[in-house]
Amino acid sequence: MNKVLIIAEHDGSRLNPATNKCVRCAHDLGESDITVVVFAAEPAAIAAEAAKIDRVQTVLTVAHSAHAPLLSANVAPQVAAMASPYTHIFGPSTTFGKDLMPRVAALLDAAQVSDIMAVESARCFKRPIYAGNAIVTVEVEPGAPVIATVRTASFEAAATTESSAAIESISPEVTLPQHTRFVSMSAARSDRPDLQTANRVVSGGRALGSAENFQILYSLADKLGAAVGASRAAVDAGYAANDMQVGQTGKIIAPELYLAFGISGAIQHLTGIKDARTIVAINKDAEAPIFEVADYGLVGDLFQIVPELETLLSAN
Amino acid sequence: MKRILVPIKRVVDYNVRIRVKPDGTGVVTDGVKMSINPFDEIALEEALRIKEQGHAEEVVAVTIGGNDCQQQLRTALAMGADRALHVLCDEVIEPLVAAKILLKLIEKEAPILAILGKQAIDDDCNQTGQMLAALWDRPQATFASKVEIAGESVRVTREVDAGLETLEIDLPAVITTDLRLNEPRYVKLPDIMKAKKKPLDVIDPVSLGVTVTQRIKATHYAPPAARSKGVMVKDTAELVTALRSKGLV
Ligand SMILES: Cc1cc2nc3c(=O)[nH]c(=O)nc-3n(C[C@H](O)[C@H](O)[C@H](O)COP(=O)(O)OP(=O)(O)OC[C@H]3O[C@@H](n4cnc5c(N)ncnc54)[C@H](O)[C@@H]3O)c2cc1C
Repeated sequence: MNKVLIIAEHDGSRLNPATNKCVRCAHDLGESDITVVVFAAEPAAIAAEAAKIDRVQTVLTVAHSAHAPLLSANVAPQVAAMASPYTHIFGPSTTFGKDLMPRVAALLDAAQVSDIMAVESARCFKRPIYAGNAIVTVEVEPGAPVIATVRTASFEAAATTESSAAIESISPEVTLPQHTRFVSMSAARSDRPDLQTANRVVSGGRALGSAENFQILYSLADKLGAAVGASRAAVDAGYAANDMQVGQTGKIIAPELYLAFGISGAIQHLTGIKDARTIVAINKDAEAPIFEVADYGLVGDLFQIVPELETLLSAN
Repeated sequence: MKRILVPIKRVVDYNVRIRVKPDGTGVVTDGVKMSINPFDEIALEEALRIKEQGHAEEVVAVTIGGNDCQQQLRTALAMGADRALHVLCDEVIEPLVAAKILLKLIEKEAPILAILGKQAIDDDCNQTGQMLAALWDRPQATFASKVEIAGESVRVTREVDAGLETLEIDLPAVITTDLRLNEPRYVKLPDIMKAKKKPLDVIDPVSLGVTVTQRIKATHYAPPAARSKGVMVKDTAELVTALRSKGLV
């Protein structure tokens, strides 16, 4: 039987859905005892959410003022200190998990499997390499704990249930280092859906030409209840914020609907949208590579098409 | 001497279209253009800028790999690294092993900073910097988009999912780079000539006391599942009709 430990991601008050996806990945391991651990200044509400995730047996909480916000330098040694009973330790393939998990793995002298996209068996996984242009099957040596990050776009969120897992408070015996200090966080506040979990995403590329022009996409997105994404070229040029970048080095997303305006379709961008259910591409160049992956393609000028779309979507 | 260590990796150039070998044993790398991993180039550029600002005196580029990797080390020297270290080994180097080798070099070189790319664009692991920081028992600031040295510490702005996070970490430390940190300089011809005279030491990993083991075995490679061919619509009205019929809008 596997014993799986999942490190909860949260924003200090709410559980991030990436955690449910890690649990869903753990379901595929076969018969498993699943524990979620919440490191937070005030873990109670987050733990209560985690306790409702399907097939989670135990939720552990580690309350400490140093955990607001979470710093890998503090969390990693605590995870390492509590690791010994577990056969698997998972975190999400978000910037939180990517930062944390290798630090945990090294402390345990274990290798790490990054970005699990499918579980073949308890020690055998599929993961993307070369910006998703190849998929490799990997097997972790016997005996060692499986330390991994879970590619969230590859898994549905595990269901939540009425019943609740046991919640236990623990305090691993670790002296926290003083060498890493949080200074500030600047987050673009937005009422729009979160890019990583949105059902619909409207995305713009270099063709938008300016931050002002990007407004037409926000307006369309609001009509659709969509999140807004961007290509690297649009972010580098300052048309869109860095946390809007979609692709190999930005966010990997899997919305029901992805609308790409003026994005050429470089492989590094396509990596981020391969799991979208439906891709719509609008580009004035009929040869643009984005059309090779689009379910619906429309050749034309986005500055004409975006307002047309808005009008047609308003009409019933 | 205030020193910065910059590990670089030789990878398939980012413009190459990757093909998986028909027998599933790997991807085609024969006759394919190889380059410094783009994130590592950014790491090197940042190290050079920190030196130019007077916060460091020497930039050392290091790579772990076969003989061919010296091409990339020479490019690093041409960009401005003062000297290079080549840990010569032909086996598969997992991030944990790379981190252990780098730690041994750090014990010798005692740098104030190790700046690495956040991930290599071949295996996309995104692990080595964090593992090195853990083994070294020093702070890490990953996915950096801004680095400011201030005395004994450094302020790093990080690109995280929710926005931009700023950390202050004590030196020595590990930083990993994101794409927007800087734009690497172009190498000029005279610099290439000069680079040939810069020191490049070859090191045997056995002499460092690190055993190269493989703990994760790749058993099969496959191309990604192809998306089924879509349709082209002639105008916005047809697009909206199609999306409505699928219940997507
Ligand atoms: C290591 C590495 C990592 C990278 N990671 C990412 C990543 O995570 N995400 C990412 O997106 N990129 C990434 N890139 C960059 C990527 O290679 C491309 O450069 C980038 O995606 C291009 O952005 P774009 O499509 O907006 O711009 P372009 O390639 O310039 O395309 C603009 C498109 O707009 C079309 N167009 C112009 N005007 C109009 C109009 N009026 N109406 C309609 N269409 C119009 C053009 O025909 C063209 O196809 C990465 C690159 C590297 C090297």
